[in-house]
Amino acid sequence: MTAVAKLEVRAVSKAFDGKPVLVDVNLAVAEHDVVCLIGSSGSGKSTLLKCIDLLVPIDTGEIILDGRVITARGVDADAVRHGIGIVFQAFNLFPHLTVLDNITLSPRRVHRMERADAEQRARSLLYRFGLVDKEADYPDRLSGGQQQRVAIVRALASQPALMLLDEITSALDPELVAEVLNVVRQLKDDGMTMVIATHEMGFAREVADRVCFLDGGRILEHGPPAEIFTNPQQERTQRFLQRIIEAGRL
Amino acid sequence: MIGSGPPAVDVPGAAPPETRWRSLTTEQGARGALIAAASTVVVVAAASWWILTSETWPAVQRQFFNPENFAESWPAVVSGFWLDVRMFLVAEVAILVFALLLAVIRALRGPAFFPLRAMTVVYIDLMRGIPIILLVLLLGFGIPALDLPGVPRSPLFWGLAALVLSYSAYTAEVYRAGIESVHESQRMSARALGLTQWQALRHVLVPQAVRNVVPALLNGFVSLQKDVALVYILGIREAVREAQIYNARTFNYTGYVAAAVLFLAVSVPVARFTDWYAARDRRRKQAG
Ligand SMILES: Nc1ncnc2c1ncn2[C@@H]1O[C@H](COP(=O)(O)OP(=O)(O)OP(=O)(O)O)[C@@H](O)[C@H]1O
Ligand SMILES: [Mg+2]
Repeated sequence: MTAVAKLEVRAVSKAFDGKPVLVDVNLAVAEHDVVCLIGSSGSGKSTLLKCIDLLVPIDTGEIILDGRVITARGVDADAVRHGIGIVFQAFNLFPHLTVLDNITLSPRRVHRMERADAEQRARSLLYRFGLVDKEADYPDRLSGGQQQRVAIVRALASQPALMLLDEITSALDPELVAEVLNVVRQLKDDGMTMVIATHEMGFAREVADRVCFLDGGRILEHGPPAEIFTNPQQERTQRFLQRIIEAGRL
Repeated sequence: MIGSGPPAVDVPGAAPPETRWRSLTTEQGARGALIAAASTVVVVAAASWWILTSETWPAVQRQFFNPENFAESWPAVVSGFWLDVRMFLVAEVAILVFALLLAVIRALRGPAFFPLRAMTVVYIDLMRGIPIILLVLLLGFGIPALDLPGVPRSPLFWGLAALVLSYSAYTAEVYRAGIESVHESQRMSARALGLTQWQALRHVLVPQAVRNVVPALLNGFVSLQKDVALVYILGIREAVREAQIYNARTFNYTGYVAAAVLFLAVSVPVARFTDWYAARDRRRKQAG
């Protein structure tokens, strides 16, 4: 961890209606690193990702992107989000727009790109991820896996330097999971910095440079996947992994 | 196709008894139609006989359904109705635009927009709480009487303004329901892509919201199409006013019936279209 951190989360806490959801979370992500967030349902993974993208305001602490405190007062949240791509579990795509219009909306409206340029870039991304023939389709004509791949392409179209993926395969039928995970592998090979919340432990083990185990809003344990998965120090981590193994997901 | 399982009905996951019931009615479809037709003929015939043979019918016919009076009042009522149609078109466009603006302001988030949001809420509550006829009188007679420089003095203008102000409050609520029916993740996704609140509303939320509320908007059309007649009270010579003038001159009510026929000729097709559209929409949502 000698590289300069791309993203740093410092002592961040967040409560919803007095209920703590994130408690003193510290996390540093080096450039080109992939960090996977694991933990049981309700442990705060989604909330942490939304806080990083400034979609949910934090209560205390600070978040630093490229050396700049983005949670400070007066920071233009819209501008910060230009550098970050996020993909959610579901309902990502806009159902009233075609695949191409979904992808070019932000480049055209936010980045003021010419339509032709935006479409050209969108097409080359669609080509890369095996979706060329889908550009004129509306989202409801696509499979869940295709929809999530389009959602990733749409996030990439703004050329983010950081991608946040929130359980992007957990709403998918098992046979569609692989095609989406392949896209994430491709991104890792490109050197994309990513923070990934996931229930796919095998995948986390494979792509993560580091794994964070969240429990009750705290990062209970973090380290290289080999350590976390084979030799967890905390009892709660052991129990969580035990449950996962029993469920046949590791 | 028939008999190869239940058809795609409009109730998702219809219970088995219902399916049975449906197949029963399908088998008896031809017979059912026959019974329906026969009973309609019987009811209509009985009602007609009862009305036409009653002692008061000749008087009723003379007063309400007199062909001569109908023909005589028709030209004036039609030209009045043409004014109703034009008033409706102008007012409806203004309402759709103004109401959308109100709904969008109400949907803005963040403390900075609180005063604007509060103003729209107060406005909507006020306008929904005042009878339209009162607004028509208040603005239609009141404002021209003020004789303000640079302010239009036409009762027609202010009568329409009253309709627009009142209907916009209701229509804004329709839009708002539509905006709220769009899943929160859509707003979140739009914001995550760097769109501003305004851009998210404009490109993502409102287009979906409007689709969701088209049937409700169409219902508003039917209602406004009749309510434009309220400006008759300002002396504006639309259909109802013309019928009233005819009635005052001849003491015959057939002119009112002529006006009613014209209003029905427009509102019934729109109402049928609304039903058809809503049903089609429902089918699509279930298919998709
Ligand atoms: N907007 C909100 N208002 C109130 N409570 C919330 C809100 N969003 C999340 N929470 C609560 O915060 C806690 C953490 O939620 P979060 O979605 O971050 O968990 P998660 O780790 O992503 O879970 P999952 O694996 O089920 O996605 C949960 O108890 C949830 O109910
Ligand atoms: Mg989650």
